Amino acid sequence: MSSVSEDPDTGIPPAEVPDLPPPHAHGFWSRWVFSQDAKYIALQYSGTAIAIGLVALVLSWLIRMQLGFPGVFDFISAEAYYQFITMHGMIMVVYLLTAIFLGGFGNYLIPLMVGARDMVFPFVNMLSFWVYFLAVVVLAASFFAPGGPTGAGWTLYPPQAILSGTPGGTQWGIVLMLVSLILFIIGFTMGGLNYAVTVLQARTRGMTLMRMPLTIWGIFTATVMALLAFPALFVASVMMLFDRLLGTSFFMPALVEMGEQLSYGGGSPIVFQHLFWFFGHPEVYIVALPAFGIVSDLIAVHARKNIFGYRMMVWAIVIIGALSFIVWAHHMYVSGMHPYFGFFFATTTLIIAVPTALKVYNWILTLWRGDIHLTLPMLFALGFIVTFLNGGLTGLFLGNVVVDVPLSDTMFVVAHFHMVMGVAPIMVIYGAIYHWFPLISGRMLSHRMGLIHFWVTFIGAYAIFFPMHYVGLVGVPRRYPDISASFVPDSVATLNAFITVAALTVGAAQMLFLFNVAWSLARGRKAGHNPWRAASLEWQTPEVPPRHGNWGEELPVVYRWAYDYSVPGAPRDYIAQDDPGHRASWSHVP
Amino acid sequence: MSIVLGFVALVAVIALTWLWRQGVAERPWLETGAVTRSPSPGGQPTGRAGLGVFLIVAGGLFALAGSAVTMRMGYADWFEMRLPRVVWAGTALLALSSLALQAAVFAARRGDGPGLARWIGAGAASMAAFLLAQGLAWARMVETGQGLAATPGASFFYLISGLHGLHILGGLVALARVATRLRAGPGAAAPAVALCAIYWHFLLIVWIAMLAILTGWASDAAALCRAILS
Amino acid sequence: MIVAASLVLIVLFSVAFHLVSPWWWTPIASNWGYIDTTLVITFWITGAVFTAVVLFMAWCVFRYRHKPGRVAHYEPESKRLEIWLTALTALGVAAMLAPGLVVWNRFITVPDDATEIEVVAQQWFWSYRLPGADGQLGSSDVTWISADNPLGLNPHDRFGADDVVIDGGDLHLPIGKPVKVLLRSVDVLHDFYVPEFRAKMDMVPGMVTYFWFTPTRTGEFEVLCAELCGTGHGYMRGYVLIDEEAEYEAWLGEQLTFAGLPAGKEVQVANTAEPIGGSDP
Repeated sequence: MSSVSEDPDTGIPPAEVPDLPPPHAHGFWSRWVFSQDAKYIALQYSGTAIAIGLVALVLSWLIRMQLGFPGVFDFISAEAYYQFITMHGMIMVVYLLTAIFLGGFGNYLIPLMVGARDMVFPFVNMLSFWVYFLAVVVLAASFFAPGGPTGAGWTLYPPQAILSGTPGGTQWGIVLMLVSLILFIIGFTMGGLNYAVTVLQARTRGMTLMRMPLTIWGIFTATVMALLAFPALFVASVMMLFDRLLGTSFFMPALVEMGEQLSYGGGSPIVFQHLFWFFGHPEVYIVALPAFGIVSDLIAVHARKNIFGYRMMVWAIVIIGALSFIVWAHHMYVSGMHPYFGFFFATTTLIIAVPTALKVYNWILTLWRGDIHLTLPMLFALGFIVTFLNGGLTGLFLGNVVVDVPLSDTMFVVAHFHMVMGVAPIMVIYGAIYHWFPLISGRMLSHRMGLIHFWVTFIGAYAIFFPMHYVGLVGVPRRYPDISASFVPDSVATLNAFITVAALTVGAAQMLFLFNVAWSLARGRKAGHNPWRAASLEWQTPEVPPRHGNWGEELPVVYRWAYDYSVPGAPRDYIAQDDPGHRASWSHVP
Repeated sequence: MSIVLGFVALVAVIALTWLWRQGVAERPWLETGAVTRSPSPGGQPTGRAGLGVFLIVAGGLFALAGSAVTMRMGYADWFEMRLPRVVWAGTALLALSSLALQAAVFAARRGDGPGLARWIGAGAASMAAFLLAQGLAWARMVETGQGLAATPGASFFYLISGLHGLHILGGLVALARVATRLRAGPGAAAPAVALCAIYWHFLLIVWIAMLAILTGWASDAAALCRAILS
Repeated sequence: MIVAASLVLIVLFSVAFHLVSPWWWTPIASNWGYIDTTLVITFWITGAVFTAVVLFMAWCVFRYRHKPGRVAHYEPESKRLEIWLTALTALGVAAMLAPGLVVWNRFITVPDDATEIEVVAQQWFWSYRLPGADGQLGSSDVTWISADNPLGLNPHDRFGADDVVIDGGDLHLPIGKPVKVLLRSVDVLHDFYVPEFRAKMDMVPGMVTYFWFTPTRTGEFEVLCAELCGTGHGYMRGYVLIDEEAEYEAWLGEQLTFAGLPAGKEVQVANTAEPIGGSDP
């Protein structure tokens, strides 16, 4: 592999990939619009994701207003309600969370954390953002199309998704949604190619895989999973588009709709579900694994302690990634699929709980005997652990096939996935923004505003979704605009009203966060170089914020792993990854 | 879903082996200082790694389409497809195209500039001819009553050959870009030509696999897979 | 300090909420108490884990919060500890999975003496079909659906003639008798869900799915659709009434069969070699 000679001074073989300067931009369009600098593309992704995410946030208020005070808001018809929940779900899962973790954090952090100047295919990277942007525009266009956006649920199950009983089914709504997803997947593949190959090829000298921070492990594994999982959604979307527009019957059986025999026949709705969930389950880990990686780094830096059990953490990320491809049918226990599948998928689903639990233990063992600074990133990390633990544990109820039978399609499921996929990863996103804002902008976010934001969001989100499990336990189904039924006591209505008030309060707190970002960009305290005293490579750039090309004249050389905190005998409580140190001056006890 | 699960298992084996060789079982806190032992990053030129990743994505896409066909085949109303003869002619053209591109690779390696240009031209022409043959196949199928929505097999044929055709078009675009850089000399173009050849071979293998599934040659294997998983 | 206290309060609040809350499963009306038992086991295990882990976390946050002079302990990993934790977790997971799979096996094994009934779902109401005196449901297909034949029963099938058809009304079932509920949909996915019965399953157009249960107490139980089926999904309601034997027979007597005759009456079917009405289309 290394046929070139070693550097005589350090004994380190030179890099296999030549240190080419990244494309330099001249002029307005290539600097501020079609930039090929991954850091700028990261901000473009994040900005777009947050913008469309705010739309989804407003939709969530409308949903809660209907559930908390049914009958009060006349403009929220049943059609509108279904359109709200569909767009809210799809935007949040795909266009916000996936885009911001991979396109946002991935683009910014991967080159910096592995010691590269930029992504390996910068032109394709730039294209990937604009294809994503186009996908968002097409999705947003469905709000204005005749018939409005699709109301088929974010899971888009056929046959109802393309029939007249569902909003947007026989009009533009579902078509625009499917086209938007196809565009997103094409754009994501271009980006994913970059993230994967950059981690594979463009690590700087000395940056072995096991010296990469867990943030990169999380994002890299998620990228590989996404490259394998998104094609399933792609093929399912194309097939559904064919059924809708060209009269094929991939998913459409012979059916009589509102008394009229349709010309479809022979297709299987269950094939769609298999394809969709083959994508859908890895998708939730595509969101979760970057969160796992990032939170490990947040805890390590702010507790001044190496992440406990780094090797196990890496293996757990990889194993969770691999196992996530064989659990998908736990979303289909009551779908009518062959009952024997229930045994298999319940087993694999509960097995995947083991490496996940190990990660939770290791985060807490990192806190144990640490030096815990209760900074905002640390607070959000703690909030993540609590909410992820809660949401992960309720997943055990649903993964156990027979317990899922009464609980599926109730508010219990809604509470579970919001807690584990909504609240927990959002906690990490906020923690990560508070953590890396000084690197990106050179300023600190306001601590006081941040504290209010954290407490309202954390306690508020818990108050929204923890009680919701019990609404589901009563038997209240999901996707009901009006949940009164004979067996539902009136107290549930009161509980729902309480949850709505909590949701609106948490929503308001997010406005405070946005204000904090805007204000701090202009007036925040100057951060200086590496304010958190972190060891990982992204903080060791010659300039803050890092300039184009990241590292100045020379790429860094890495001498140690990313977690040398509080090393006995060291002069400071952290040692940067590119610090050669003096080996004889301290020794590590194996 | 067994086809795509098999594909994912294959990727997992490759990935886990690679991770193992990259030292994922080692304890990094024990190894400070210059790394001279374990392989530093790199190993493959970037273009090759990028193509490898892309082939995994495209392979996954066709594996999923194959799984969807296999699942659909399990239903009572499936019957064998009667593919027009021009499909076989097209497949032969595709194979010839692969051979032409491989010959181009050899030409580039031995520095034969004019030979390289000729073989690239032959590869592009036969690939374009394949696309033409596919178009004729579509027309013929409509004539024989196997339109897009007529039978499940026909629907899948159009879907899969359509996706395949789009990937071919992308390959032709890439080949065109390589051709414009031929002026720099055969040696400089060699790596890019090699990548195109790999992509061409991949598309040939995918096409043969998809035909095997659609025509029922693979149905015995598919029935076995269904029996295992149900 | 505040942070650690909040974590403790979250645990206390969550446990208290669970114990004090009036919101629990509706009282069960079927034989699937095993599902309830598995749920309770799961609550105990997950509740214990949540409490233990968050309380430990709170203690760590309190005990190891930064104070001037505090230095973190350096320990990259502890293989022993991680192996122990993995083993304990696997044990806890197995403790939940094992009873779950045992009950699932029972769930999918229909007893031999179960009567078959059929639920037919369409946008947006429920219909039912009982096998009638011959104990067999006739075949059906969406191509037979018409104004006179809303459930699409095959008019040439002799087993179907005595099927009791309840089009849009309430279903009655006798108490104590296991019943296999066949599920059919005419248009889109639906799901026949009665919370008190615990068991449910999607109905998929183009196929027949099922679940089975034994009603264990009388009463009137609301049916809800539990799979999104269009704008009327939330309003697709019905009722299942579990009757004592006598009331059930009385109700059955009032229903009509597919052939248009009162249910419970013997249907005389001509003993011909060919099906009535000529050969199949």
